[in-house]
Amino acid sequence: MDVALVAKTLFIFAVVVLAFAPLMTWVERKQSALMQDRIGANRADVLGIKAIGLLHPLADVIKMITKEDTIPAGAHRFLHTLCPFIAAVPAVISFAVIPYGGSYSAWGVHWSLVVADLDYGLLYVFAVGSIAAYGTVLAGWASNNNWGMLGSLRASAQMLSYEVAMGVSVLGIFMIFGSLRMTDIGVGQQETFRVLGFLEHLGWVAPATPWVGWLTLPAWGIVLQPLGFFMFLAALMAENKRAPFDTPEGESEIVAGYFIEYSGMKFGLFFMAEWIEVVVIAGLMTALFLGGWSLPWISDQEMIGWLSGAFGPNLANVLAMVVNVSVFLVKVCCMIWVQQILRWSLPRFRYDQVMNLGWKILLPLSLVNIFVTAILILLVDEWAS
Amino acid sequence: MESILFWVCSTGAIGGALGMVVTVRNTVYSALWLVVSMLSLACLFIMLNAQFVGLIQIMVYAGAIVVLFLFVVMLLNLTGGVMGAEEQPLLKFVGVALGIAVSLQLGSILLRIDLPWPEVSPSYGTTAEIGQALYTDYLLPFEVAAVLLLAAIIAALALAKRESD
Repeated sequence: MDVALVAKTLFIFAVVVLAFAPLMTWVERKQSALMQDRIGANRADVLGIKAIGLLHPLADVIKMITKEDTIPAGAHRFLHTLCPFIAAVPAVISFAVIPYGGSYSAWGVHWSLVVADLDYGLLYVFAVGSIAAYGTVLAGWASNNNWGMLGSLRASAQMLSYEVAMGVSVLGIFMIFGSLRMTDIGVGQQETFRVLGFLEHLGWVAPATPWVGWLTLPAWGIVLQPLGFFMFLAALMAENKRAPFDTPEGESEIVAGYFIEYSGMKFGLFFMAEWIEVVVIAGLMTALFLGGWSLPWISDQEMIGWLSGAFGPNLANVLAMVVNVSVFLVKVCCMIWVQQILRWSLPRFRYDQVMNLGWKILLPLSLVNIFVTAILILLVDEWAS
Repeated sequence: MESILFWVCSTGAIGGALGMVVTVRNTVYSALWLVVSMLSLACLFIMLNAQFVGLIQIMVYAGAIVVLFLFVVMLLNLTGGVMGAEEQPLLKFVGVALGIAVSLQLGSILLRIDLPWPEVSPSYGTTAEIGQALYTDYLLPFEVAAVLLLAAIIAALALAKRESD
């Protein structure tokens, strides 16, 4: 067994499943409390220690595990039990291709911080995500419940529709960085470009004018593909079925939708899957649009070069790794926060509005985005040659 | 390791196909067996270094088309012996005859394969290679397929329009 691979997998598990997912329950409660002018979860205490409500995830786990696990009469027992796992497993394993750091070498050991650096990286995430739809679609059907069935029907239509928009809206990123490999995209985003460089090419200022080079921006996905960023985020959030896209769950219309007949830890697994998906979405957006693990304007080589001057090459690599992983986690937290803000501030969409947004707005816009991106790439290539 | 995976996947592919036929009375189970078969096939593709084809197999067939099947089955509530309730002896005969014909053809092809397989480059089957082939050597078939899909879309639109009028 490859020790490094096991260590990286365990790290992902520790961060995403064991740390982020339970913390998300706390964040969710505190965020909703903040938006609704309440104090929020703060009652769980062990020997008088309340720790600003951080013990609530622990209390949740104890409650979920000790609750009675019911399977309704007339349900398809095997599928009913299987569905929560189909929902949760893809969410966990899709983090495998998201790089949370660059590649480093110290004391003769070389390692790169991604579990599986696949040539078809993002396709893997899409494929795995499309399997997750089965957990939702079958859950309602297998419970033999009409509300559940309605939720399942809505979920299958919604997830199918947004899969199209999701795939097409991110194509611009592939066109710019010329790769599906997530680490290539991460390294590509460490470059910078001169914002006013086009003035030289148009002949409006003399070539190599010094002030043209003053304003540079990192080649992050959000800078090069601003429209793609928002469309991809919207499509991913719709895939995750959280408010404002929570029509499959529809608390105010179909009670709890597809997981209405689930109790105990099976219900908990559905929720875990949603929260893990929030983290995965944040990781994907960071890796594709927010420069991944790197600081803006500073590439990996530059940082390792500077640190080597002070600490020597070996320690410099280790320090750079710590900095990069921290930068990645900070960005992920920011994206989680953005999703929470959206989730608690936007009103729910009606079902037909969800469908219209997917097919009539996101899909045509993302096609236009591809077209414009292609023209711009051709222009830039022309100038570069 | 690889041979174990191969046997697991091929068992899944064939078992899924058999299960699909056996559970034909319950359409949802039938569709799920189809998913098992398709996922196993996708794993076989990936093991054969055709990762792009494998992943597209999962995304399009397992992830979208069968979900659409399920959507229709659930929407029309086709479970519980509604499908395939009436026996059609002629259809059965044609099915068996076609099955035998396909197996004979497959067998004749399998007998004519010369081993060992030709060597391929390590990048064979990657996304870049497939893109290169599709947009250079096979551009015309690719565009023809695109036109065919466009025709299908327009036809679907026309049908939907007629319904709503």
